[in-house]
Amino acid sequence: MPEKLKFSIDGREGLADQGMTIYEAAKANGVYIPVLCHYEGLKPVGSCRICSVLVNGRWMASCTQPLSEGMVIENNTPQVIEYRRAIIEMLFSEGNHFCPACEKSGNCELQALAYRYSIMVPRFPYQFPQRQIEAYPGFLLEHNRCVQCQRCVRAIQTEDGRKIFAMKNRSKDVRVNVDPKLAAKLSPDQIQKAMDICPVGAILKKEVGFIRPIGQRKYDRQPIGSEIEGKK
Amino acid sequence: MARKITIEPVTRVEGHGKVTIHLDDEGRVSQARFHVVEFRGFERFVQGRPYWEIPVLVQRLCGICPVSHHLAGAKAMDIIAGVPPGKLTPTAEKIRRLMHYGQMLQSHALHFFHLASPDLLFGFDADPAVRNIIGVAKFHRELAVHGVILRKFGQEIIKATAGKRIHGTGAIPGGVNKSLTPEERDYFLKSPAPYNIDTIIDWAQEAIEVFKKLHQENKDVLDSFAAFPSNHLSLVRKDGALDFYHGVLRAVDAEGRKILNDVDYQDYLKYIGEEVRPWSYMKFPYLKKLGKEKGWYRVGPIARLNTCDYIPSPRAQREFEIYKAYTGGKPNNMTLHSHWARLIELLHAAEIIKDLLNDQDITGSKLVKKGKKQLEGVGLIEAPRGTLFHHYRINKDDQVAMANLIVSTTNNNEAYNQAVRWVADKYISEKPEITEGMLNRVEVAIRAYDPCLSCATHALGQMPLEVDLYDARGQLLDSKRK
Repeated sequence: MPEKLKFSIDGREGLADQGMTIYEAAKANGVYIPVLCHYEGLKPVGSCRICSVLVNGRWMASCTQPLSEGMVIENNTPQVIEYRRAIIEMLFSEGNHFCPACEKSGNCELQALAYRYSIMVPRFPYQFPQRQIEAYPGFLLEHNRCVQCQRCVRAIQTEDGRKIFAMKNRSKDVRVNVDPKLAAKLSPDQIQKAMDICPVGAILKKEVGFIRPIGQRKYDRQPIGSEIEGKK
Repeated sequence: MARKITIEPVTRVEGHGKVTIHLDDEGRVSQARFHVVEFRGFERFVQGRPYWEIPVLVQRLCGICPVSHHLAGAKAMDIIAGVPPGKLTPTAEKIRRLMHYGQMLQSHALHFFHLASPDLLFGFDADPAVRNIIGVAKFHRELAVHGVILRKFGQEIIKATAGKRIHGTGAIPGGVNKSLTPEERDYFLKSPAPYNIDTIIDWAQEAIEVFKKLHQENKDVLDSFAAFPSNHLSLVRKDGALDFYHGVLRAVDAEGRKILNDVDYQDYLKYIGEEVRPWSYMKFPYLKKLGKEKGWYRVGPIARLNTCDYIPSPRAQREFEIYKAYTGGKPNNMTLHSHWARLIELLHAAEIIKDLLNDQDITGSKLVKKGKKQLEGVGLIEAPRGTLFHHYRINKDDQVAMANLIVSTTNNNEAYNQAVRWVADKYISEKPEITEGMLNRVEVAIRAYDPCLSCATHALGQMPLEVDLYDARGQLLDSKRK
């Protein structure tokens, strides 16, 4: 059995299996590192940078960076927290996120992160971009809320392994694109999976919404990350 | 010299409005108008949204009675989801009714105790420093406590059914997303006084007695102030009973003759027109049968008690009989009697809440139904301030393509103008100067209708009142601020 790797995170010693990423190692030791683009079981892409940590003074995306022996990781320090706050605020400024009428409210990871990091209002000016809602059989794609995490791109495929979602354009114009012919083949369960895997309210299954009452939603009772913290 | 008087903002109402009164060279009122100076644009920006989002989105119109918008939107979406009125599950229908009657309770309590009672208890000319809810708390402590707890009880009912006291998510197309647990139900039925429904019913009854006593002492003012004949419109249950949640549209004239005889509100466009006037963002609805000039009408408590045949709860029915006897069974056109009517409705809401809490369907588990999708739906409800119309069309992709909302305050638009004109003629015409009491009379007349000008909640407290005097050429002569 290979030896465990030793590391420290915020001054606390930890042990983790070889081959783990920093994010996985922290989770295995009951330490929460926030993620948005990363999703359990999907290949990490490190695009949102919300999981960034400082390792020996260098910024690293913890969802993609393999853990090394003796790493000294800063996670919950004022500098890292401020960095993450800025990313969350930029996401709110960049899109059109109107939580009060969004059916993902209470189950939304972006909203939950904003609550966790006590964000009242973004420091950056709202961009109010002009974006559309695209309709497909069985679901709507609400571009105003999309944070381009690419979870849907990686997770949702047809039975023969063809991708339904893809990214198009570059930089600030980057968007999720849908193959309409393949999208028409999605089953109701696959659409539900796409909606559930989306961290925000960008993928909306048609004809249902607000099914889960207030008080029973994912983040109504405990903040995001509580399911990891302190559990080892 | 001709002058123009502006009262802006009008206080102790929800939202922002202003009043302008033009005086001619002899100091007589030549024109009196009530303007709504806010622009919201909800009908436009709900376009494109998925239809199942509407009940949650449109309730953001208002922080005082969001439940009314929530349910009117949901009722329209029921039709779009293929579940027309009467086809909801019994649990869904009763949970929605409970939510709505809780809303009536809290909103009517807020209006009478917090907003209107200072004028009635202290008089229109009393010191503004006392004539407010703090003054009520100081000099009529028990009444103020009743007001606060009545409102709180209604809000807790809303929270139990919608998830939050303000802007919940309980109603969804075709039903609701939760029912009551036995513990939630028992909290309202069995908590120690005053937090149980029996105490609330008793206190609602006591509030009516307070009004009746004030009425005995100030009959002349309460009967005559800003009173004028008008048509009245509301929903009534099919058998003519008072019903806040669902029914048919009925309109009567000032003598009680039926203008609209229990018609289906899905066809409201056949009966109701909307006129736009350039000086206000608020439209002027009218009954098409009578035309723009004569077709204006009132909605709200006074209208509801003029249109309905009876009230389906025993204590409120007894009070209704006393109320109706005062006008010999004819429609009541006395503007300040709207407070009386509102309190009878408060009692009725409390009685119905008790009935619903004792109904076992309220804890049922069959919450939602689904039918054949439609592309258009109209939802009507009796909001605390009056009849509320929501009308939507969707496209084949489930997105809203058209929305038309006629909110209660809009329905009363002409009535505000009539009331302002009445007060201006009586109290401001040919008077050498304008006093605080005169200006407040204008506000009292508007406040009787409990307008929700923005349909948005508004902080209580001293708001600035600015009065500008203009001559006929529009030159500012004087400006006062309180």
